[in-house]
Amino acid sequence: MSKWIIILLALLAGIAASAQTEVSGRVYNSKKKPLAGVNISIKDSYDGATSDSSGRFSFTTTEKGNVVLQADQPGYKLYQQSFTLRDQPLTLDIVMKELIDEMNAVVITAGSFEASDRKRATVLNPIDIVTTASGNGDVTGALKTLPGAQQVGESEGLFVRGGTATETKTFIDGSLVNNFFYSSLPNVATRGRFSPFIFKGTVFSTGGYSALYGQALSSALILESIDLPDQSSANLGISVIGLSGGYQHLDKKKRYSFGGSYSYTDLRLAFSLIKQRQDYENVPIFHNLDLNFRIKTSKTGMIKYYGLFGTNSLKFYTPSIDTIGYLDGFSLKNRNMYHNLSYRESIGRWKLFTGLSYTNNHDQIESALYSDEKNIVLISPLEFKNYKLDNQGNYFNGKLVMERKFAGLNAVRFGGELNHLDDQSDYTSYNGEKFSREVKEDISALFTETDLYITNDIAAKLGGRFEHSKLLNKTNFAPRASLAYKINNESQAAFAYGQFYQNPEAQYFPTFNSLTFTKATHYILQYQRVNRLVTFRTEFFYKKYEDLIKTGLQQYRPVATGNAGFGDAKGIEVFWRDKKTIKSVDYWVSYSYLDTKRDYLNFPSAIQPSFAARHTASFVVKRFVTKWKTQFNAAYNYASGRPYYFIAPAGSGDFKFTDRGTTRDYHNVSVSFNYLPSIGKKDAKAFAVYVLSVSNVFGFNQVYNYQYSYNGARKEAIVPPSKIFVFVGAFISFGIDRSQDVINSNL
Amino acid sequence: MKKIITAVLILVSMGASAQSEKYMKAMEDKVNGLDTVSSVSGWQNMANSFERIGEAEKNQWLPFYYAALSHVMSGYMMSNGQPGTANITQMDMLADKAEALITKAESLEKENSEVFCVKKMIATLKMTADPMNRWQTYGPKAGEALAKAKALDASNPRVYMLEGQDKFFTPEQFGGSKTEAKKLFEES
Repeated sequence: MSKWIIILLALLAGIAASAQTEVSGRVYNSKKKPLAGVNISIKDSYDGATSDSSGRFSFTTTEKGNVVLQADQPGYKLYQQSFTLRDQPLTLDIVMKELIDEMNAVVITAGSFEASDRKRATVLNPIDIVTTASGNGDVTGALKTLPGAQQVGESEGLFVRGGTATETKTFIDGSLVNNFFYSSLPNVATRGRFSPFIFKGTVFSTGGYSALYGQALSSALILESIDLPDQSSANLGISVIGLSGGYQHLDKKKRYSFGGSYSYTDLRLAFSLIKQRQDYENVPIFHNLDLNFRIKTSKTGMIKYYGLFGTNSLKFYTPSIDTIGYLDGFSLKNRNMYHNLSYRESIGRWKLFTGLSYTNNHDQIESALYSDEKNIVLISPLEFKNYKLDNQGNYFNGKLVMERKFAGLNAVRFGGELNHLDDQSDYTSYNGEKFSREVKEDISALFTETDLYITNDIAAKLGGRFEHSKLLNKTNFAPRASLAYKINNESQAAFAYGQFYQNPEAQYFPTFNSLTFTKATHYILQYQRVNRLVTFRTEFFYKKYEDLIKTGLQQYRPVATGNAGFGDAKGIEVFWRDKKTIKSVDYWVSYSYLDTKRDYLNFPSAIQPSFAARHTASFVVKRFVTKWKTQFNAAYNYASGRPYYFIAPAGSGDFKFTDRGTTRDYHNVSVSFNYLPSIGKKDAKAFAVYVLSVSNVFGFNQVYNYQYSYNGARKEAIVPPSKIFVFVGAFISFGIDRSQDVINSNL
Repeated sequence: MKKIITAVLILVSMGASAQSEKYMKAMEDKVNGLDTVSSVSGWQNMANSFERIGEAEKNQWLPFYYAALSHVMSGYMMSNGQPGTANITQMDMLADKAEALITKAESLEKENSEVFCVKKMIATLKMTADPMNRWQTYGPKAGEALAKAKALDASNPRVYMLEGQDKFFTPEQFGGSKTEAKKLFEES
């Protein structure tokens, strides 16, 4: 029996042997480099081989006749070729074409910093936004340690590459946000209204941004809110500045979530411990309530809502610079609400995105001169100091973007945007006279943009944006373009160009003079090298300003006279981040050189504006000590002295400098510690984070700028409200282990 | 590893009756060969062989399962036990390839504990490529897949093996433990 089997097997083997064809050859990519690990096979058979490190392969097959030989390798187009096999050996060279895909393709990055975990070539992680020592848990705080942004401390906002804070616009889920920051206070920078924890992605563009966005001459801050949370959770926070609590519910099947939180901020305790420069009659108190829901409408569809309701009030006195022995009193009551509803869905190669947002903001400001017994007084010629201002704004933004994807990452996007603004303000002067104005504006925009991937190494993004302003009764067209070239796996070079238009601020309306859009043109050249542990990036830029607003005086109040202003900004920026050199230490260094001049508002000539420092640098370091379950963060910020001017009327509508100077250099060292005692405790029901942060640890004398009395006779330094600020707090969450956030940023 | 292979071999032979002898022989050859693989290119070779068998057979889930597993193993080998040292792009490509293959296996063999074990391994591979930035996304994903694997077959030794590996490689401060890992290994 067994004999027969052996014979049969031998026979079979013999037949098989005679019928075998040898297939061999080499596999290359289009650059003639051998490819290893390619799966070469005869289609629908077991026969095949894997190419070795020199691209060679060889196998035998029992297949006969017409066959399809294929070569398969991730990142390459499937190679298929028909052959007729007749017992002769087959030798062939296979050239595989690279697929253009996200993994290999160059990323267009000129002009922007991104903090997200989705894409490659990002320089920051989302958690960096909250763990940067000088950031104070504010969305824009950490961004100020990046090149391009100024260390301006006397007012809020991002001053980017020689631009003012109003030249930076913020977008949440695609929609423009008005009143992103709390209402301005004299010589105090306010914080952003939004918690950094509600965002999963941040793109900070310091120039050359996409045609999908407009109305910002300098910079766009693009924030993306989180989708469904990981699990249901509740949280509580207590700190030296207030209390907060919230709850998020996630559906068991992860189809929807909803939640909300409330925070009460009361600075009485903090201000009684840390002396403020301002003498507060009403210490700032804030109430904030936010609500959200997110619904997964399909595998790729999502509806998101986020709403924020806030009120705050304060009143303080500062010694008046205009008349010695008197006090300037300032009080503010603010009520604000913000709603953002967005929907996104993909159908095949089409993607749809639409978003609506609505903001209602109400400020009531009272300013007056007080005697040192805190009674309102009226002194000539300082009557202008006594006034009331009631400002009510309604802002609506709607946006629709459609995207069609094509093979090889190519895509076309197009859409439109509507911005409605209704800004009403009532000014009451010292003698009870009322001045009311209302500005209504509708800006409509159409835009299109295309991603062109010529190869994995060369890509371009070309776009354009049409805008029409009803108020100005003018239309503009802004072309945008960027190019990126991949030099090798880690490094790439990029170029960006764009024109940007922005409406004059609402305060200049209504006007007797015809006004038009202000304009900036950006040119950016970038080189960057990024790997997982080390990032190096440098940018050169040139920005040209045209049609900036010039102002004159009309009954002692500045009014816009036209668009004769101009200016430019040029500079070099360097960013270096390193997680490798020193074990378990992560640090980054950024440096910006800025050479800028502009002639706008009442400037007698083109000058370096007082918000622009020539040299700005930051050093940020983070370290997690596992043994102590503590994260240590420190940051040093530097800015060279900024110029200041007193500009006085020189008759016949002209202005002249009567005094000027430069502030001392600015230094700030901040530290923060996060202690996470329950980290790694597997069964901990609650997770706590204790935070201690100190800004200006060394108590440097910091001077932001100088302010002058109304007549220019006196000047005084604008300094921070307190020399040092200390924050202590505890944040506890139930249900969700926040340790992942920390581990995440420190592994 | 050996345990994984022998245990799955049993599975192979269990389903044998309905399958062609050619398929049986090819699979047996390859599965036996798994024990001797010890290099990145070796695992790639294996993965490709299994994929060829899978593509030719079309309705067998095991070749796709093994092809996915082999790709994951080559990825692990690439990072050499030190997370975050290998080329992210390469690791991602392997993980994506493995993902595509295990999806094919799953479409042929639904609700199988083994499939979810490989899914867990893919998530871990993704995380290992860039732990700093991916801990949050792929950590829970891996956990979820493993929990599903356990729910489907609580007696599957590989579930405990993978649990043990996680415990073993996680720093103690973050909830890892060598002794707990040992217990889990023993259980498997």
